[in-house]
Amino acid sequence: MIVYSIAETASVASTINFDLGALKNGFWGLTIEGLTYGSIYALVAVGYTLVYGVLRLINFAHSEVFMLGMFGQYIGLLLLGFTPSGNTYSEGTFMTIIYLLLAGLCGMAVSGSAAVGLEFVAYRPLRKRKAKPLAFLITAIGMSFVLQEFVHYVLPKLPIDPPLGGSSAQPTIRLVQPVKEFSIFGAPVYNLTLIIIISALILAMGTDYMINRTRLGRGIQSVAQDPDAALLMGVSRERIIMITFLIGGVLAGAAALLYTLRVPTNIVYYGGFILGIKAFCAAVLGGIGNVRGALLGGLLLGVMENYGSVVLGNQWKDVVAFVLLILVLMFRPTGILGEKLGKARV
Amino acid sequence: MNSSAAKDPNAPKPRGIGDAIRTWWNGLPRVMQWLVGVPAIIVIGLLPVVNPPIITTTATDFGVVMATFAMTALIAIGLNVVVGQTGLLDLGYVGFYAVGAYVVALMTSPASPLWNSTNHGIFSGPWAWLACVPLAIVITGITGVILGTPTLRVRGDYLAIVTLGFGEIVRLLADNLSDVTNGASGLQAVLFPEVGQNDAHPDGVFSSANNAGVLNYGVWWYWLGIVLVILVLIIIGNLERSRVGRSWVAIREDEDAAEIMGVPTFKYKLWAFVIGAGIGGLSGAVYAGQVQYVDPKAFTVINSMLFLCAVVLGGQGNKLGVIAGAFLIVYLPARVQGIEVGGQSLSEFKYLFFGIALVVLMIFRPQGLFPARARLVTFGRRIYGAVKRAPAATTPHGEEASA
Repeated sequence: MIVYSIAETASVASTINFDLGALKNGFWGLTIEGLTYGSIYALVAVGYTLVYGVLRLINFAHSEVFMLGMFGQYIGLLLLGFTPSGNTYSEGTFMTIIYLLLAGLCGMAVSGSAAVGLEFVAYRPLRKRKAKPLAFLITAIGMSFVLQEFVHYVLPKLPIDPPLGGSSAQPTIRLVQPVKEFSIFGAPVYNLTLIIIISALILAMGTDYMINRTRLGRGIQSVAQDPDAALLMGVSRERIIMITFLIGGVLAGAAALLYTLRVPTNIVYYGGFILGIKAFCAAVLGGIGNVRGALLGGLLLGVMENYGSVVLGNQWKDVVAFVLLILVLMFRPTGILGEKLGKARV
Repeated sequence: MNSSAAKDPNAPKPRGIGDAIRTWWNGLPRVMQWLVGVPAIIVIGLLPVVNPPIITTTATDFGVVMATFAMTALIAIGLNVVVGQTGLLDLGYVGFYAVGAYVVALMTSPASPLWNSTNHGIFSGPWAWLACVPLAIVITGITGVILGTPTLRVRGDYLAIVTLGFGEIVRLLADNLSDVTNGASGLQAVLFPEVGQNDAHPDGVFSSANNAGVLNYGVWWYWLGIVLVILVLIIIGNLERSRVGRSWVAIREDEDAAEIMGVPTFKYKLWAFVIGAGIGGLSGAVYAGQVQYVDPKAFTVINSMLFLCAVVLGGQGNKLGVIAGAFLIVYLPARVQGIEVGGQSLSEFKYLFFGIALVVLMIFRPQGLFPARARLVTFGRRIYGAVKRAPAATTPHGEEASA
């Protein structure tokens, strides 16, 4: 064995371009784009955060619930008579909104039932046997495999026309063409951006209202805080858990519709994975178990990773998200707003 | 003394086949343990040479599958230190594996920036791979310190997510630092131990060019893997019986209680992390040498989860159990490959069945196939029994039996 000295170190160059000018030039455009993705992350994050708040469980299969939502709204559009051509349909504003709502309903139905089914098949038997948290995690991973592989291999074998699933992305149905509506500080705002941010905000605020103001929300909070005491007070824990999964699933379905509006070419069996992890990051970032935290974390993550993708180069977009997560957890281990769902209001 | 322990109603009853084997093994004298253990290892080592009819994989070479198994067994043992022994949920273990593999690749691959045409890599020659292995272990250990120092203060699920993020960061760095790691195209022609050269195998028996016949490169890597696994098992076994191992179990059972009883939990968690990382680096180095090619695709989060599944499937905290788990996750998908049922290739559904198996197993046997004996709980029960019996010891035996 011969040990040589390092002769040619000059060839080792970094591929990080530190470009603050691009951030300065495109600041508002980047912010708006970041908010668009961020609001989608936020909607998925609410699903993670609610389930974690109530069950102390990272529902790793939630990204697959989101992925099924993408397929659900796609099937909805197919049932409405759209054919996947890749071209944009011109249906008029009113009809487009109706179609979007119907497709969204299909996505929400698929996602919601997938989430509830997941709870029923995978988590409920474990709860009955009082399993350890790690068992729940492994089950979640297992269900994640099952759902992905179902869409990957089983779905294309079913006699459905046009075929669904498989290893390549579904042919695109493009319902809304991005049209510039107005400008903020010189940054164009597209109709898609408006649809995504406004509907995400409405849904997130509605969920927040429901958690904090309604009887059902108080039930969820009580189970999160102390399941036994809640049971003594007449709250059905199983019912609350089911509803929690349902809410998370429905929001993931809505997020799936919004995401496919923005990125219509990504309906594929692994399409939920990275987005799911990022949404979970968003939930942790804001303080897991905290619905407002999930919203804040999602928006923050979307914006920060968009800035990072310009400053450091687009290939570092995901790295920014994870580094941000590690930094926040180092200095605030319970997230920005802290855990809340399980805490009593005094 | 022994006879009274056997009758002790508080003594834990042997449960399942794992405990039965363990009791039998611990009951054997040292000489018998050698006499039984060595032939057993030789039989296991000869499996890919003999190619037993039902066990042998059809689509892939059995030796290569077994080599992959040996490597995964190393990973499972390392991850078991972190997850099974210490109870730290690490979802980014593949990051350490990647670091180990990339250290070897960067030191020896012609595609690496450290390589030049006159001197070749930093290391070259027949023993270059071996020289890289300690380096890989040390560097991954340092990576473990770098990741562990800031993050081991967060607990439970948060730690899981932070480590998941770490694993992804390592993969993305490997993918994107294209001037160093050659990006997605990876580093080719990684060196391997060049021993046993002859006319038939000009690059030695460990070269992937040695692919024909019974003694192909897979078998050689498998044997090397077995040696490494046994070495690591001896080291880890000694650690487990030491103060360090007892601290790990104490942290796993109740971190707060351990801290209050004077166990420096952070220090021992960091130890677990570093030792686990080092073993991950070792297996990464074995991987890099075996496939002679390293690219980011091998280090996804999915693989990390698979490694975790090996540990949980086998039984966390049980070293031989996690080796069995590693065998299952490597062997079963390879076994069904190439088998067709009703015109339908089974290998397509391997992860579907794998996922279902995980769920079913967790529901019906959450401790894994070979659960670890809860050593501390056992001792605790014995102490409880001893304390309770202490006053009764002065009274006649008949009374104690009636009580």
